Amino acid sequence: MALRPEHEIHGRRKSLNIGVGLMLGSFVLLIMVLTFTKITSPEFQIPASQANGVGGQTPTGGTD
Amino acid sequence: MTDVTNAQTFENEPQLGDYYALMKPRVMQLVVFTAVVGMLAAPVGVNPVVGFASILFLAIGAGASGALNMWWDADIDAVMKRTAKRPIPAGKITGQSAMHLGVALSGLSVMMLSLSANLLAGFMLAFTIFFYVVPYSMWLKRSTPQNIVIGGAAGAFPPVIGWIIATGEIAVLEPWLMFALIFMWTPPHFWALALFMRNDYDDAKVPMLTVTHGRRATRNHILGYTVLLVILAVGTAFTAIGGWIYLATALVLNAMFLKGAYDIWQRDEEICETDNFAVERKFFRLSLWYLFALFVAIFLEAALKPFGMGGW
Repeated sequence: MALRPEHEIHGRRKSLNIGVGLMLGSFVLLIMVLTFTKITSPEFQIPASQANGVGGQTPTGGTD
Repeated sequence: MTDVTNAQTFENEPQLGDYYALMKPRVMQLVVFTAVVGMLAAPVGVNPVVGFASILFLAIGAGASGALNMWWDADIDAVMKRTAKRPIPAGKITGQSAMHLGVALSGLSVMMLSLSANLLAGFMLAFTIFFYVVPYSMWLKRSTPQNIVIGGAAGAFPPVIGWIIATGEIAVLEPWLMFALIFMWTPPHFWALALFMRNDYDDAKVPMLTVTHGRRATRNHILGYTVLLVILAVGTAFTAIGGWIYLATALVLNAMFLKGAYDIWQRDEEICETDNFAVERKFFRLSLWYLFALFVAIFLEAALKPFGMGGW
């Protein structure tokens, strides 16, 4: 015998939780696909503030 | 708590469908449809993934404004027959939950649309949600018979946002023509509804034109707005979003719509009582097809352009 008998309400809450879970999963997937689409687009430009770190080191001066 | 109250509490546990109903799915359908047409009618193509995501976030924003509207209007929804089964008056979802959901989804949708499309689209969505919730729901709806006229603007923004998603531009004529079509269509559509759902608005003390100025004045207004709408709808045929398909559709539909408005204008209450507002109901149904068909025609003009057939 199960310790906690299954009530109808448990089934209903479970379906709500599964629904919310699926929606959150779909949202994460959508963000991934959207990000991939955006960064592989020909119009994509790295923001100027972050460009230095990607293309190479900016000379900072020095003696050598 | 007794078993009986427990059973009642469980019976009222919200399901996913209740949250979906809270977001006014029919309004969301109209928002998605007109926004997609606005996006596709734009002269700039959109990446399908970006377009899909942007329209989805726009729909979520529309749903959020629906939830906020239901939270604010729960008291009058409970009085009106047409809205008494909505999730809040039916006791499925609390007003506070609806408000929290509406605020959260508003923020999420505006942020995500700004990221997926552009900042201007996000700003316009934020403005649309604000306009629907604050000026319309909180202020105009309960204070002026012009509630439908001014509040109709909220429902008219989606094609403009769709256009902005594609182009990032707002200062062009075409999206505002689509805006004007919905804006001018809304009053005759809702006033026809108010004519045959009359007791609802009376009971809820919503100052619809039928309540404040009488039913004769409402019939006059329906005809007046329909004449202006017909001029606008046919005139749109000669712009960049028009063409032969749109012109033919607009001529047929507007002739039918004008005839319907004229029939409503000619009738008095006695005749309406005998046929249970048959003409008003028919005009209301026609108004749904009218807007749908005009936007399908705009879509066809845009879709056929690459094949050398759409447009002029």
